[in-house]
Amino acid sequence: MALVSPHITASAVAAVEYPDLVRQYRVTGVPKTVVNDRVEILGAVPEASFVSQVLAAAVA
Amino acid sequence: MHAGAGGPVDLEAALTNVAAPVRLVFFTQTFGCETCLPARQVVDRVASLSDQINVEEVNLVLDTGQVEAYGIQRAPAIAVVGEADTGIRFYGVPEGHELVSLVESILLVASGDSGLSDESQALIAAVDQPIDIQVFVTPT
Repeated sequence: MALVSPHITASAVAAVEYPDLVRQYRVTGVPKTVVNDRVEILGAVPEASFVSQVLAAAVA
Repeated sequence: MHAGAGGPVDLEAALTNVAAPVRLVFFTQTFGCETCLPARQVVDRVASLSDQINVEEVNLVLDTGQVEAYGIQRAPAIAVVGEADTGIRFYGVPEGHELVSLVESILLVASGDSGLSDESQALIAAVDQPIDIQVFVTPT
């Protein structure tokens, strides 16, 4: 998604190395996706669903 | 590539045809970063497999201009940069699945093709506000 839009950044965070972020975002399982610091997507979801959930975060 | 394919041979095969130059901007810090060295070693190993991949090291503490430009807050971090910055970042040592993801992102950036469906691409292209996506992962 980051590749398609200049407005989107995408980070992969190694959970074990950043315990502070894991606490901050209450990560209890992986993969866990956090969009704009508030919207959470748990687990691996199909592309169309993932895209719509991420885009919904922009207007949330 | 299959998940778990992290051996040198697999990486070499995957990186034989990188379509365009890709820069791995590696953010490090001199003190208090136990994982910076192993992360740099992985980055160097990946870069050694293709003439198209170059590494640029940025010091998180000293090179404030670059750090701000890429919006990086922590080390080790890797920004995957093609013709322009893509906004793709990796935080931590890229091992296991994350190494596979790093290699895949290099190939995506080099090709310029996200691999997403036309529908997804149309939706994403309409985005006009900043969206930050963080995916928490583990190596296994």
